Amino acid sequence: MKTFEYITPETIDEALELLGEGAQILAGGTDLLGEMKRGLATPKRLINLKGIQGLADIRSIPDGFLTIGSLATLSHLAEHPLVAQHYPLLIEALQRTASPQIRNIATVGGNLCQRPRCWYYRHSAFPCIRKHGEGCFAMGGQDRYHAIFGGHRCFIVHPSDLAPALMALDAEVRIAHADDSRIVPLTDFFVGPRDSLTQENILTRQEILTAIRIPVPPDNAYGTYLKVSERKATDFALASVAVSIAWLDTQVTHARVVLGGVAPVPWRVKQVEEMLIGDELSGKRIERACERAVDDATPLRHNRYKVALVKGLLRKALHAAHRSREKGEK
Amino acid sequence: MSSWPSAQEAKVLGKRVTRLSGVDKVTGRAKYTYDIRLPGLLYGKILRCPYASAKILSVDTSKAEALPGVRAVVVVDENKTCRFVGDEVAAVAATSTDIAEDAIRLIEVEYDIGNYVVDEQTSMKPGAPKVHEDRENVRPGGVNEQGSIDDAFAEAAVTLEATYSTQVQTHMCLETHGHVVEWDGESMTVWASTQAVFGVRGSLADHFELPADQVRVITEHMGGGFGSKFGPGVEGVLAARLAKEAEAPVKLMLDRKEEFLAVGNRPSAIAEIRAAASKDGRLLAMDMKTYGTGGASGGAGFPLPYVYTVNNRRRQHSDVFINAGNARAMRAPGHPQASFIMESMMDELAYELGMDPLEFRRRNDPNEVRQGQYTVGAREIGWHRRNRNPREMKGTLRRGIGMGCGLWGGGGGKGTQARCTIHSDGTVEVVTGTQDLGTGIRTAIAIVAAEGLGLAPEQIHVRIGDSQPGLPSGGSGGSTTTASVTPVIKTAVDKARVQLLQWVAEEMEVEATALTVGDGKIFLADDLSRNLSWKEATSLLGTDMIVTEGEWDSNLRQSGVAGVQFAEVEVDLQTGQIQPIRIVAVQDCGLVVNRLTAESQVYSGVIQGLSWALLEDRIMDPSTGLMINPDMEYYKVTGSLDMPDIQVIMYDTHRKVTGLGEPPVIPTAGAIANAVFNATGLRFRSIPITPDKVLTAYKEANA
Repeated sequence: MKTFEYITPETIDEALELLGEGAQILAGGTDLLGEMKRGLATPKRLINLKGIQGLADIRSIPDGFLTIGSLATLSHLAEHPLVAQHYPLLIEALQRTASPQIRNIATVGGNLCQRPRCWYYRHSAFPCIRKHGEGCFAMGGQDRYHAIFGGHRCFIVHPSDLAPALMALDAEVRIAHADDSRIVPLTDFFVGPRDSLTQENILTRQEILTAIRIPVPPDNAYGTYLKVSERKATDFALASVAVSIAWLDTQVTHARVVLGGVAPVPWRVKQVEEMLIGDELSGKRIERACERAVDDATPLRHNRYKVALVKGLLRKALHAAHRSREKGEK
Repeated sequence: MSSWPSAQEAKVLGKRVTRLSGVDKVTGRAKYTYDIRLPGLLYGKILRCPYASAKILSVDTSKAEALPGVRAVVVVDENKTCRFVGDEVAAVAATSTDIAEDAIRLIEVEYDIGNYVVDEQTSMKPGAPKVHEDRENVRPGGVNEQGSIDDAFAEAAVTLEATYSTQVQTHMCLETHGHVVEWDGESMTVWASTQAVFGVRGSLADHFELPADQVRVITEHMGGGFGSKFGPGVEGVLAARLAKEAEAPVKLMLDRKEEFLAVGNRPSAIAEIRAAASKDGRLLAMDMKTYGTGGASGGAGFPLPYVYTVNNRRRQHSDVFINAGNARAMRAPGHPQASFIMESMMDELAYELGMDPLEFRRRNDPNEVRQGQYTVGAREIGWHRRNRNPREMKGTLRRGIGMGCGLWGGGGGKGTQARCTIHSDGTVEVVTGTQDLGTGIRTAIAIVAAEGLGLAPEQIHVRIGDSQPGLPSGGSGGSTTTASVTPVIKTAVDKARVQLLQWVAEEMEVEATALTVGDGKIFLADDLSRNLSWKEATSLLGTDMIVTEGEWDSNLRQSGVAGVQFAEVEVDLQTGQIQPIRIVAVQDCGLVVNRLTAESQVYSGVIQGLSWALLEDRIMDPSTGLMINPDMEYYKVTGSLDMPDIQVIMYDTHRKVTGLGEPPVIPTAGAIANAVFNATGLRFRSIPITPDKVLTAYKEANA
């Protein structure tokens, strides 16, 4: 193992100053330590954010947002009363993430910034393009866990359960920089392989993700997160779907549909959202929405099943939404 | 000739007794090989070949030796040809694991890299790269033939032609393979994570040309072997060589990746079968071409037609070599493969015939025990609830029921020596050289001794897992440990009891035969008020003690068990997920020594079988020869949330000890696959049955 410098700053400003070539940020460490053990990450300096006061806080602020410090653990978030009250969708996603032990350590920020789980990427003997090597071993290889949307020279999927759920809730992220901080919609945070083959989000080497903000969902909103994995715990999604829908009477007024585990980024299907808004959530419409969701899928050799899986999951989620509205009426 | 007490007489035999080591294990007090720390301990690490096929041309260890903290470097064989990724090349001992890891990277090896093949189909093709220069990739066995296949097919009502296959499974021991070795002049002490204390002793003594008594092997506790830990392996020999060279103790434990690559697996199995059955449900004929791979030089045999009677049959089996880690014995070697293949085939034939699959099995199964088990299992699972027309079911969430069977030997045998000592302070020591593989033999020994002396199991001091007392016992394989060890314990204890009763008889002035033991006392059988407590009795020994040795008594054990499992599953055709709902395991094992640990064995067999049926798979990359998933993230093993309700029924048929460790893993995969068919009408002829396969098959069926 390579030796490295380990620093625990007490403020964000100090942490920002420590950034630079060879520096990496340590939050929960559930991903980074695995990368270091396999030689995938070789930091010269580790900046441990756990010494920064308030960075793990979860609080509501007067303008109606829930603000989640990036160092909040997944367990902490799942147990927060405001989350239970307004964002049950998040709890569903968190409960399907990893295992209780990991959720007690892993942070919300770390979850959004985690590296891909592609087995070629994680295997130290495959010098793939995402590790500054050549080509994608999944192309023409064992590609059953890989992307059916948005692949381009690299076919990783974004592994997070939390990210699609947050995206369906119109979350934003706050990014600190020594000169100016910025707030970015989560939909603009992730970066696909057309834009970068070596990083999965927009963070530069000079920036730190400090918080996630979620607006209060619209009235009558219903949300759900459904995930299919080969085993129930400690397994990443073959596919997942986060849905948030609101109604006025029987008419859908708001819809968010985001897929997980099928694309290099959490995959928002706007064409489905658009066709759902302004109409009733009938069985027929749900079927059309499912077809529409996979319109632009481009499966590889062994992952065509994900097309059926996405349709199956979306169908379940939309029917659940529909049932919930009918129940609400009674 | 001796016999076990009847169920009515038995006080602890056959009852539920918690493991004597249970508290130590859950509190972390139990010391495994991994936990051994010695003054001046060095840490070993193995350099493994990164290529699937490579001849070593030269090894330069000078840079590694020069690294501060490195104390020894040894090379396996300067002229070795490595035949799989992970083959051992050299090893290093250093003052820390990190230094050892750095050091192996500094060893410079020049390889002549060869062509390789990592799947059976490609390996069998003409012109495929040869795994061994001097032999073919396919090692065909002879053709076994009996009866007349052609005549049988001519009179058949239904025939079937199908190819079934099972994948390579790895052992996944929770404690990895490894040893701690300390030399003292020309003798050594070895802490080994092994299922054969005396096997390790013999192999190391042979290797280093030492008298056997100069090697002491200790296995106080070990974290699973499943057949992969019978000898020291290359890694144990390397640990001993490093310790000798460094003149310091060395701990060399493998990491998880090494476990996947180099220390064994269950071979694959492929069976191309033509089968025929008569209208009245007799299995008339089977024509079988079978093969499988046990890696670079392992065999891949499995028994067919397994439990059923088939008078007309022909079979040729071939072992196929590939550039991958070698097979080792794994929990019921060959049997789960055979069971999955046969049970799938039987199920298909039964549906073709329009016959109840259970009835079809009954008509072809000569085993009386299983005939009884069929009735019990069918009743418990509710066999009548099965779908009569699996291909015509509606809806996307479907349930179905299936079944499978197995058989095993497990009779044990000679080769164990044991000593029972009663001290005058009342202490009872029972010593033998067996090891607790995790099945609970330590507690079983205590139960047998306690039963014989009228004590409680926790009053018995059981000393096992050490070759030093010089009381050998065989390796824990073939489900033979309990059946091999307990008869010898019983005879040793019985002798000790007789001697103690003699002392008491003189004191009480009665005949020894008039005395009996129980509840920690020695009684006059006709007058229970006349008794001595255990301590009063043993105090009569004064400065003496009773020391007895056991003898093998074949009458106390029996070989041959049968098992049947029924599974109910729910299949979600929208997501491809299979959720086992319930598994009923009806398992015969003769005399139950400890009902708690016996049931545990059945639970664990079902769990391991289920994991193999639905998840586990060694996935090789043909272009690089690497295993793609040598980690617990992508080599998926089932977890607690995936568990169905498992009902264990111990089907006791006689009162002689028979082994139980292996048989419960056998029927599960077939039962699950058949249940999936019953639920969905989709037949999966290969495992694991993962969601992608279910979704793909469902789509094809509805295309």
